[in-house]
Amino acid sequence: MDPILTIKDIEKSFIGVKVLHGVDLDVRAGEVHALLGENGAGKSTLMKILCGIHSPDTGTITIAGQERAFRHYDDAVAAGVGIVFQEFSLVPYLNAVENIFLGRELRNKFGLLDKRAMSARAIALLDRLGVQMDLEVPIGHLSVAQQQFIEIAKALSLEARILVLDEPTATLTPNEVEHLFEVMRQLREQGVAMVFISHHLDEIFEICDRISVLRDGHFVGTRAVVETDIDQLVEMMVGRRIEANFPPKPEKPPKSEVVLELEDFRLARDHAPGGFRLHKGEILGFAGLVGSGRTETALAMLGAHKCASRKVTVNGIDRNFREPADALACGVGLLPESRKTEGLVTAFSVKHNISLNNYGKYRQAGVLIDGPRETQSTLDVMGRVSVKAQGPDTPVETLSGGNQQKVVIGRWINHHANILIFDEPTRGIDVGAKAEIYHLMRELTEKGYAIIMISSELPEIIGMCDRVCVFKGGRIVRELEGDAITPENVMKHATAGESHALAG
Amino acid sequence: MHSLDKQASQRDAARGPLAAVMQRVQRSNIFLPLVGLVVVCILMSFASENFFQFNNMMNVMRQVSIIGIIAVGMTFVILTGGIDLSVGAVMALSGTIAAGLMVNGLDPSIALLAGLGVGLGFGLFNGVMVSYGRMPPIIVTLATMGIARGLGLMYSGGYPISGLPSWVSWFGNGRLFDIPVPVIMMLLIYFVAWVVLERTSFGRHVYAIGGNEQATRLSGVRVSRIKLAVYGISGLTTALAAVVLTGRLMSGQPNAGMGFELDAIAAVVLGGTAIAGGRGSIIGTLIGATLLGILNNGLNLMGVDPYVQNVIKGGIILLAIYIGRERRA
Repeated sequence: MDPILTIKDIEKSFIGVKVLHGVDLDVRAGEVHALLGENGAGKSTLMKILCGIHSPDTGTITIAGQERAFRHYDDAVAAGVGIVFQEFSLVPYLNAVENIFLGRELRNKFGLLDKRAMSARAIALLDRLGVQMDLEVPIGHLSVAQQQFIEIAKALSLEARILVLDEPTATLTPNEVEHLFEVMRQLREQGVAMVFISHHLDEIFEICDRISVLRDGHFVGTRAVVETDIDQLVEMMVGRRIEANFPPKPEKPPKSEVVLELEDFRLARDHAPGGFRLHKGEILGFAGLVGSGRTETALAMLGAHKCASRKVTVNGIDRNFREPADALACGVGLLPESRKTEGLVTAFSVKHNISLNNYGKYRQAGVLIDGPRETQSTLDVMGRVSVKAQGPDTPVETLSGGNQQKVVIGRWINHHANILIFDEPTRGIDVGAKAEIYHLMRELTEKGYAIIMISSELPEIIGMCDRVCVFKGGRIVRELEGDAITPENVMKHATAGESHALAG
Repeated sequence: MHSLDKQASQRDAARGPLAAVMQRVQRSNIFLPLVGLVVVCILMSFASENFFQFNNMMNVMRQVSIIGIIAVGMTFVILTGGIDLSVGAVMALSGTIAAGLMVNGLDPSIALLAGLGVGLGFGLFNGVMVSYGRMPPIIVTLATMGIARGLGLMYSGGYPISGLPSWVSWFGNGRLFDIPVPVIMMLLIYFVAWVVLERTSFGRHVYAIGGNEQATRLSGVRVSRIKLAVYGISGLTTALAAVVLTGRLMSGQPNAGMGFELDAIAAVVLGGTAIAGGRGSIIGTLIGATLLGILNNGLNLMGVDPYVQNVIKGGIILLAIYIGRERRA
């Protein structure tokens, strides 16, 4: 079968740094083609070239036998390329129909908006995807998955024949992922070519037909799914075999002193009160589906989110945190869920991001910052969490996702806080960096830190946590410990949550 | 990868310290404002032979001082992503009250301190409304602009208050080592502001809030407190400008400072500070304010019609911001 999309020998440099070295890719109509590679391997750049946001230095893009040179995103759209970005380009205050037709609204013979025709077409498009949703409400009220379907519908309304899905599953719950795959299968039957970017190998094996791997800007190869396996793909990606990802857990979870306790906690008024205890030296997992209230609970504890009631005790003393700074003063720190919007000051250098909340450490003459000491301390931290950057003054926005996350972690390593809440610490980062972060977390608990890890990745919860609180509907529905922490158990309580009793 | 850094610094060292400084300047956000300043100076020196004379330069700097001092506080506010429209009116109020208290027999130095207190108080009020009241700065300071202007007119009955002790004139017209006092005051204020922004944690947090307020709050920085302080600083520098103004006019003028907020914002933005916050520098603001002052002076020396001057200045600000705007790859 002839490919509908052929990318040949693409090279691209940014300010003298070559990020793509002769990349090839061919995608056939009616296939789901996975693009795989660690962060920084060049996937995003390649996709941005495909949709006209960057132009390549050399190489060609051929769509349906015709060579194309895109100067703008619009050129790519006109050629039938649709892209669903990780961050949606939808307007949250408009409804689904208005979003789909944004900028090219249909008009009636009086030149006014033809709402009926737009609704009808929107329904037809969503039918093509096999999904139904409320077309009247502002899409900000819809789930992430539904917004994604709108994004896909929008691309289809532009007659997209090639659809790029950039990590579409990163923010979806397992059920929603399944639904997305249904939609993708439907589109595959309609002959749409899809490029699917994901870090989840199991998803790739479930939905994809062929897989292309990039490594450090080089094209490594393309494999049919039926002819390959996880080990081979990981090896293609990283160029080395990865040992067991997770550091060993301590034999018996240490039942040492309680450093943090939450009691009488209700996120909303109509919830039954709940809570948990965090011991010194342990990793406590917050598991559950996306939207189950894990992040909200953590934030409410620190005074950064509303809740109906709470009683927070740190090291035996009642604390009523009104803002994260109060929590920090008691040694409780948070690594937020979203690096870019909540974790980093992107305009800052690595150094300034790491010392952001800790200038007290470098006081000189009462108020001034001791620059050399700050730099030295930053270098130490960068070494400890192995941030790969030119130096402490490198802007963080130029780093890869994994390195950015390490900078956020580094900020806390640099600090005296020893109760840390990691919210999705490994989201969107590559395999190698993940393993490093896991080891770092264990290293910290061995030193007496206590860690709460909020994670949507089951293997991570199972592999890392000494105990697990399972959330459902804004509440902790079950606490699991030791051998009871199995994927089946966690999933059962997270989805069914049949047990309403809080197990000690 | 640290070796890359080392190589680069060795290369810099080989080219001498001047080259290293040049490279730093070129990479920083004051490069374009500096080029603008040099270009305008050269043009002006062609247009008028008096331009580069010491007396004219000092005259320009003295004219710059009032807007220049206000622009210091404005830089802090804009770096956090805020704006302060009340400065012109607060300056008038602060000067009017100080003058009124002096005329009514209060010790003049205490009256001047009271004037500073008024400025600081208004600034802090703005800060409370913005950071704890969670209202948009542009609306809050638009409202307090009206309040301050109204209070000044109420206090003075709408007339200038004159008859001040003669030594107050020193703040506006005096000289120290042949340099006008307002210029010395301005440079001192800039130096303090530079130290605060570049060398203290408070300064870092000001930049951080403008860069990403949510990340800064979640990392455990008391964002509300810093925003409060930033508006307080703006009120205080505004009141310091009022001291200079009172000294120059030797009276309290309730109608003074109309439109000064716009000149101060123009100085900040011309100096390379991003209006959305997070990026910029206090040195840039000094350059921006000087640039505006030189334009005023030069156009006057050339005898350009004042109405036309406004059009030219507006056009130059647009052009400068167009050249310096953030370009995306």
